[in-house]
Amino acid sequence: MKRTPLFYGQLLFVLLVCAFMLVPVLMSLLAGLTRNYFQGVMASGMTLDWLNQVWTAYADTIWLSLRLAFACALCVTVIGVPAAYALVRMNNRFSRAFEELMVLPVAMPGLASALALLLTYGQLGGFRSSWLFILVGHVIFTLPFLVRPVMAVMQRQHLPILEEAAASLGAGPLRRFFSVVVPNSRAGILAGVLMVVTLSLGEFNLTWMLHTPMTKTLPVGLADSYASARLEVASAYTVIFLLLIVPLLIALQAVSNHLSRGDRR
Amino acid sequence: MTGTPIRLEGCRKTFANGTVALHSLDLDIRPGETLAILGPSGCGKTTTLRLIAGLERPDSGRVLFGEQDVTALPIERRDVGMVFQNYALFPNLDVAGNIAYGLKIRGVAKARRQARCAELLELVGLKDLGRRSIHELSGGQRQRVALARALAPQPRVLLLDEPLAALDAQLRERLRSELDQLLRHLGITAVFVTHDQGEAMALGHRILVMEQGSMAQLASPQAIYQQPASAFVAGFVGNLNAFPVLERSPCGLKVMGGELPWSTGEFPDILYCRPEHLRVATGNGHLHGRLVAQFFQGAHSRLLVDIGAQQPVLVDCAEASLCQVGDAIALSASPRHLFQLPSFGEVRP
Repeated sequence: MKRTPLFYGQLLFVLLVCAFMLVPVLMSLLAGLTRNYFQGVMASGMTLDWLNQVWTAYADTIWLSLRLAFACALCVTVIGVPAAYALVRMNNRFSRAFEELMVLPVAMPGLASALALLLTYGQLGGFRSSWLFILVGHVIFTLPFLVRPVMAVMQRQHLPILEEAAASLGAGPLRRFFSVVVPNSRAGILAGVLMVVTLSLGEFNLTWMLHTPMTKTLPVGLADSYASARLEVASAYTVIFLLLIVPLLIALQAVSNHLSRGDRR
Repeated sequence: MTGTPIRLEGCRKTFANGTVALHSLDLDIRPGETLAILGPSGCGKTTTLRLIAGLERPDSGRVLFGEQDVTALPIERRDVGMVFQNYALFPNLDVAGNIAYGLKIRGVAKARRQARCAELLELVGLKDLGRRSIHELSGGQRQRVALARALAPQPRVLLLDEPLAALDAQLRERLRSELDQLLRHLGITAVFVTHDQGEAMALGHRILVMEQGSMAQLASPQAIYQQPASAFVAGFVGNLNAFPVLERSPCGLKVMGGELPWSTGEFPDILYCRPEHLRVATGNGHLHGRLVAQFFQGAHSRLLVDIGAQQPVLVDCAEASLCQVGDAIALSASPRHLFQLPSFGEVRP
């Protein structure tokens, strides 16, 4: 097939855009593996020392971030799925207003929500200094990202009729929720969980305000290392972050694809 | 399985927006009978079914299953089997999972569930399809799964909401006779809603015709057809010609287009006649008009004859007529096929 000049023009444009976005990431990765960034890779050679240094200094932030992300996903699911169900069932002016209200923490600067939390619960010493304080912030921030896709799926699935069918076969309200509503919304739930985990792992604004020296998450640690250590250390941190999050997201996506195969038809 | 009688006493239902769905309905459904509820959309037939099911509560009145008052019971505690219009099969479960759902809710042991499931698959002719996903089934197969699922827990009453409406004509015919055999075999009390008069006549032991939230007539299919209680029923079940009477004449009644034989002393406002009871006359007929259209329909031909009235007269005759569209045509009617009706409601031609 003969390519037109237009095709090559478009290809060039796409490649340029890709390069514009990817080169900074690659530069950062490279910096994390370079012995001395200011001398350049060629002059100073490559090393894994910086990775090692980051791991010894910041390993606990990585574990905390993972713990937070999964706890957040769990909480948001437990709160969000029944909430989405209730909103779909009600479907009146109040429920639509509530749905808008729920998105507010996303639009609001994270600093402002964090400040509100600090003003309200800052005096509760034990709670303030535990990682659960950050968890609350993450749950508030990520809730709409689960509720929205779950509501969309619920509205598509003709749930009221399926529920009537289940009721005619003897299932009470609770039984119907777990045997009909939840399984038939799982595509939305999985999409939401994936989003929540991703957002929670990378969340900085809120977390930075809410953290204590003992409860530093990965992004907060990253900021810390940029501010206080060498550029190479911070870049090595980015390498570790990517090594962690990319396989995790791929795995979650695979699981979600596998489980929601039946729902798309 | 012996059937449970169902009784509605003064059931009234008004929806939140003020629409009256049901004006105080009294209804007795005999044990083991199949009752067809027939009517145009919005006549209250679906509301009646949902009241029996327990998906709606009546504003006043009672619903009884046998001696038990079930008015306050929600559907999940009424022990009914229901087949929904679009089947409402659970997409997250396979065929066997759908059929066994009701048994699982009732805590039936796994081995017995499987046995009952196999029995039902056999009954509805889907023997080897237990492991199929719902998405892989045809419309007719879905309908059968819905029926098997409703029957699996051995309900007291089977309720069907337009069970065949979503199928194409040929399949509908076949499933109709299958359903008929199955209901006779089980002897379960069954109520089904339909807007298709053929379906109601074929399946129902009795037919309840509803009109604007009230009972128009409750009788056997034959009686509904032959002795309709009102012009509405007559027009809804089959086609009907209406002849407004102009005046009395020496040997009958004068109507638009001619004179119809009528010997009783009464003087009706309108005379009615079914299309299949009118004949094309070879000599002098009772009515004279012009052939407007002619449709060949296989077993019979339908003629539309203009006799000067608002609507053309419908005539069904066994053999294709030799007349051409536009020809003058004479029609005759036998006195025993002409009847009058108590109501003066509008009749569909």
